[in-house]
Amino acid sequence: MTITPDLIASHQLSQDEYDKIVSLLGREPTYTELGIFSVMWSEHCSYKSSRLHLKKLPTRSKLVVQGPGENAGIIDIGGGYAIAFKIESHNHPSFIEPFQGAATGVGGILRDIFTMGARPIAVMDSLRFGPLDDPEAGPRNRRIVEGVVSGIAHYGNCFGVPTIGGECLFEPSYNGNPLVNVFALGVFKKDEIFYARASGVGNPVIYVGAKTGRDGIHGASMASAEFSEESSQKRPNVQVGDPFMEKLLLEACLEAMQTGAIVGIQDMGAAGLTCSTCEMGSRGNTGIEIDLKLVPQRETGMTPYEIMLSESQERMLLVAEKGREQEVVRVYKKWGLDAVTIGVVTDDGMLRVTDHGTVVAEIPNRALADEAPLYDRPHTTPCRVAPMEAPAFQSRGLNADLAALLASPDVCSKRWIWEQYDHMVRTNTTQIPGGDAAIVRIKETGSSVAMALDGNGRYASLSPREGARLAVAECCRNLSVVGALPVAATNCLNFGNPERPEIMAQLVEAIEGMAEACRHFETPITGGNVSLYNETLGEAIFPTPVLGIIGLMKTATPVTIDFKRPGRPIVLLGGLGTCEDARFGGTAYAKAILKRCWGLPPALDMDYEKRVQTAMREIVAAGLAESAHDLSDGGLAVALAESSFGPAGVGAEIQFASGMRPELLLFHEGPSRILISTDQPEEVLAIAARHNIEAPVAGHTIEGRISIRNRSETLIDCEVRALRAAWEGALAADLRA
Amino acid sequence: MKFGVVVFPGSNCDHDAWYAVSAPLGQPAEFLWHDTESVGDCDAVILPGGFAYGDYLRCGAIAKFSPVMRAVKKFAQDGGLVLGICNGFQILVESGLLPGALIRNRGLKFICRPVALRIETANSPFSGAGAKGQTLTVPIAHGEGCYYADDRTLDRLEAEDRVVFRYTDNPNGSLRDIAGVLNEGRNVLGMMPHPERAAEPLMGSSDGLVVLRSMVAALAGSRA
Repeated sequence: MTITPDLIASHQLSQDEYDKIVSLLGREPTYTELGIFSVMWSEHCSYKSSRLHLKKLPTRSKLVVQGPGENAGIIDIGGGYAIAFKIESHNHPSFIEPFQGAATGVGGILRDIFTMGARPIAVMDSLRFGPLDDPEAGPRNRRIVEGVVSGIAHYGNCFGVPTIGGECLFEPSYNGNPLVNVFALGVFKKDEIFYARASGVGNPVIYVGAKTGRDGIHGASMASAEFSEESSQKRPNVQVGDPFMEKLLLEACLEAMQTGAIVGIQDMGAAGLTCSTCEMGSRGNTGIEIDLKLVPQRETGMTPYEIMLSESQERMLLVAEKGREQEVVRVYKKWGLDAVTIGVVTDDGMLRVTDHGTVVAEIPNRALADEAPLYDRPHTTPCRVAPMEAPAFQSRGLNADLAALLASPDVCSKRWIWEQYDHMVRTNTTQIPGGDAAIVRIKETGSSVAMALDGNGRYASLSPREGARLAVAECCRNLSVVGALPVAATNCLNFGNPERPEIMAQLVEAIEGMAEACRHFETPITGGNVSLYNETLGEAIFPTPVLGIIGLMKTATPVTIDFKRPGRPIVLLGGLGTCEDARFGGTAYAKAILKRCWGLPPALDMDYEKRVQTAMREIVAAGLAESAHDLSDGGLAVALAESSFGPAGVGAEIQFASGMRPELLLFHEGPSRILISTDQPEEVLAIAARHNIEAPVAGHTIEGRISIRNRSETLIDCEVRALRAAWEGALAADLRA
Repeated sequence: MKFGVVVFPGSNCDHDAWYAVSAPLGQPAEFLWHDTESVGDCDAVILPGGFAYGDYLRCGAIAKFSPVMRAVKKFAQDGGLVLGICNGFQILVESGLLPGALIRNRGLKFICRPVALRIETANSPFSGAGAKGQTLTVPIAHGEGCYYADDRTLDRLEAEDRVVFRYTDNPNGSLRDIAGVLNEGRNVLGMMPHPERAAEPLMGSSDGLVVLRSMVAALAGSRA
């Protein structure tokens, strides 16, 4: 086939990029080679717009065993064990086909974990959708929510990994581009880690798992482009998941690794066979030669182009020690899977693909994996739509505001979602969804790992830099509230089209803010994912940097959110905080009650935040907290209400003497604040004093009511039961609408 | 007392059952691979939760043809104790070892949450360590756990005191709130809730141990 400018453009390659291909090869590429380059050099696989800036992120610490560049990051958790974890997006496919898009998002990240030899023990999801009551997109948004949630449930439940938490928020900017970010974590022995490297010239290259079909061809390229009106025609680009096959693949891979015959292994995710071959070769400084006629296929008449670009799921590529192939094949046969030698490791650094003896592609591995174009895209000031100026506003009834806020989609209970996920399988979940952080114990070491996902697109839309810093701070705070020490992070950067300088500026500033905060909180980024081009018809999503942070802790009954008994003093660790009108415009109150967005996100003092977190962990370690909950969306009033929604139905009576206006006092979202109920307030205050942080005793717990007074004025006086009903039933009701 | 935990390729609560038996219960346990023709020297067999062969067809419909199920049937016919949990219950029903069927939850969605179970009879090797009327907190996690049978079958189950557990707040639409039933010989129990997930205080409940301890006691009694 002749390579025409149209053909190049339809592969989303620029003329410059094509010229670079010609110069790297020293000739015109074949059609198959063009396809191979187009996926490897896609934004999704090459990070060509973000790579330059991702280098600013901290990636090392004493605990980091593996940073970015492998299938997942790894940290040492002590006792001879390590954990592998990563977050990845499956945004574009989930819009086009919500159920399969989300399901295969789970499948992809699980393979990233077990390809390294770790058994997945936890999944979390960060989800963003358009509003369920949107006048135009509402019905479609509801269908997407149902589809995404049941897709995640279908895959994770069948595979047998608990889905233990996450977050779910709604904004009009996600109407055409919902976000599905999936996080997974696995555990293994520190000396049994497998890497995705092809080494040992002459070693066999073995294909294992599902057969190759025509599904998902060009999925990586689709994920690297904006959506238009024709996007629904891209449904064939979305892969179809088979969680049972994935479960077989997991067990077979972990068992095959025990034979000692496996040299290197990588899953076939985005860009399938292409990506796994050239990346393994590139990392191992070797060449790989494969023969496509040997590749197991489930359709007839597939061309080399289709086989190389297919993103059929549940497949892996591995390199075994020469002469020991049968040991590996035997294990896969036991699990009923294909395991076929399709090629060999060579010494010439080339990816050589033959089809029935004819060479159809011959490209240096490094050209594909490491020499993709690198762009320093122009960036100006971040795109922002919201005004800086605060409008005049006044509550029309604080009790009603609180009830409405609790029933708003961002704040309301997400039980409808997480009860569809098996969050208990493997019997390690000590903190189920609905807490500030999720916790799994590690049976092998007697320790526990806590994890939290956070990202606030509204904050980031007002200031990408501050929004990213706040996301890191909140994530670390969520871990500290349950008593875990934050140690490492993974990130998922969801943005619009980086070719627009004002969008590129959002990305750059968010990365810089994240880098600064991750350094400050000592949580290096060990890997992650960048999802760009989240735009439809020129409308970009809110910049949405999502953080997944891991914390280490002793195994013990966790500190939970809910008040346990009446009559307990309530300490507001970190104090009331401060807020001015200009920093109130990104709050849940401004959004849900005032229906406005303005100004800047809440101000963060990172030193103070760190001291609050350190104090909190000491309080938990000393066994002083009967309950603890951090203040975030909806501020103090919402945190108090959520703390009252436990089985005991215990509320609170709070008294302040503040000069702040009621709306701000109750609902501002200044960070660095945690509500604690305790029967030993003196000890809690002593720890706070030692760390030089404010810790007023704000009141005490009571039966069945929430009452908040400032000076002589009653701001809130509600029954817990009524608030709880509003909070608990809202999501299911919105979905039925 | 040696417990055998059957492993189908898609079992995913096999390790949990194994762990509950070996750690909190303190009894030996071994895995039985699905193509084995014998349960060996096991004193009791657990069919764990999961998706035996993917269950893309009716749950348990393929598992009933597996070699290990021939062995389990034989073991049950000889009076051996068989506990089917969740997918294990579905397989027992499909295999004809228990009456009725398990169909899609009334709300059509997968549900994972702790539920309250009432012990309806202590006259079984799976509930002897509890008391009739006692309430246990044990989690469920299933999409197809609605117990269904015709009225005659249900009447007979009740008349023969073969309903071991009922939900106090029916989560899935099961007829007559049934959560667990016995076979005629009272040596095979199928239940949708997961006792192995409620075997330690750290997991929120250790009520599930009532089931496992009852089995140990029954086996000890039959040996004495």
